[in-house]
Amino acid sequence: MTYLYFPGCSLRSTGRAYEESLLAVCRKLEIPLHELDDWNCCGATAYVSIDETRAFTLAARNLAIADHLPQPDGSDPQILAPCNACYMVLAKTHHFMESNAEVRAHVSTALHAGGMTYTGQTRVRHPLDVFVNDFGIDRIAKKVVHPLKGFRVACYYGCQVVRPFSEFDHPVYPMTMDRLVTALGAESVDWPMKTRCCGGSLTGTIQEAGFRLNRALLKEATKRKANIILTCCPLCQHNLECYQQRINRRYGETINLPVAYFTQFMGLALGIPAKELAIQRLFKPPLSPAPAGKQEIHAHA
Amino acid sequence: MMLPVPPAMRASAAKSPPPMKTVVRRIKFESELDLAFGERVAERAYGQKLLSCIQCGTCSATCPLSHYMDYTPRKIIAMTREGFKDEVLNSLTIWLCASCYSCQVQCPRQIHITDVMYALKREAIARGFYPAHHPIPVLARSFYERVFAQGRNTESRLLITLYLRTNPLVMLREAFLGFHLWRKGRLSLKKESIAGRKDLRKMLNAVEHGKKEEPL
Repeated sequence: MTYLYFPGCSLRSTGRAYEESLLAVCRKLEIPLHELDDWNCCGATAYVSIDETRAFTLAARNLAIADHLPQPDGSDPQILAPCNACYMVLAKTHHFMESNAEVRAHVSTALHAGGMTYTGQTRVRHPLDVFVNDFGIDRIAKKVVHPLKGFRVACYYGCQVVRPFSEFDHPVYPMTMDRLVTALGAESVDWPMKTRCCGGSLTGTIQEAGFRLNRALLKEATKRKANIILTCCPLCQHNLECYQQRINRRYGETINLPVAYFTQFMGLALGIPAKELAIQRLFKPPLSPAPAGKQEIHAHA
Repeated sequence: MMLPVPPAMRASAAKSPPPMKTVVRRIKFESELDLAFGERVAERAYGQKLLSCIQCGTCSATCPLSHYMDYTPRKIIAMTREGFKDEVLNSLTIWLCASCYSCQVQCPRQIHITDVMYALKREAIARGFYPAHHPIPVLARSFYERVFAQGRNTESRLLITLYLRTNPLVMLREAFLGFHLWRKGRLSLKKESIAGRKDLRKMLNAVEHGKKEEPL
């Protein structure tokens, strides 16, 4: 099974560390990826605010490209969308194409105008789901060479990865990433805000509202003694990391938390060099876990 | 149930404080409402579920942004249903909704609240019901134009367009962060686009002839 990798616009700019670490981890785990040919923007949440049918058409073009690429083993083609917004929009479009005859009719007509068809074969997956449920958490645990002892992780899922069109975990209190980081040797912190929205683009538009949302997330993670936040979405990572100092200045806080992608964290445990995982692209690299000697003892034990 | 005071009326009441107690009407007459508005929005947002709202307030309680809204999501639904069209389309609420779907997954009546907000946003944009330089609709429109033309978004260019169309001074404030991102290799000005732009535009233009939303 080859996953059709859909980077989305963010992974080519602010989320570059996510792309680099994701590809490195997939190489290490020998999960075959093939970038979806000439993919286009999913439309995010902004496109549907202007024109809904066009927004569905935009996203459906990607589903249609994948639709024409049947797998050698006869299974449905699967798109791998690492950005939460891309994942949700593509899954939502697939859902409406399946369940709403009116949407299907309008979008199919539009796709035909550009010489494409969508038969409804494509499945949309998130890497978190693929790593844990397809590859398997036990197999990942066996490949860990640097157990990440000493990390207390606040797993931040963000909003759109678990709702409303996703089925792999609970929409409010998911555990997939928590289980994954535990298998990597770290400790996951019980953090009730793990799916509370970071505000998305509000940090760029209505900053007061956006900053306060992120401040609440960061404060609660600090209070629960997390020493790192892991995310699975480029926008969440950007908001929580890049505005920390400004949030501190504005509200008189002393928050100081590294914010990394869960794929970078996985890569460290799997023994991939930090450079390949784009750790240097973070503003504040995660503190190194237990010293190397201890790790070796643990690995043999 | 007490209906919310329309902001226009609130403002006029504040401007001229009555020297003695006078009668101030706080609620619209039924004849001033657009009674079919609720049904039209419900249709737009997939099904008649909107009309079965029990006003429990779960949406407002789960919404992380309801603190900043002029009307909470529960009130927006009540007002939509009752026909307070102008107030709903003028509200800041619809722009503050960040589409996190927490209301939608917890609604006991399975109302597609996020889709209701989208339907209201589209209507407000189509009818010019928002301040001309309000950053959120401007961002939506700039994003729409960019993706329509290129097939992909270029984050840096989108933000520059946003600042130029709203408040160019913000660009100075954000320049420092931009510099840091660039140093880390996380900012690129290169214009992203797809090879099949022409066919994509054909598809999107085909929609215009196929389905154009009637004004609510």
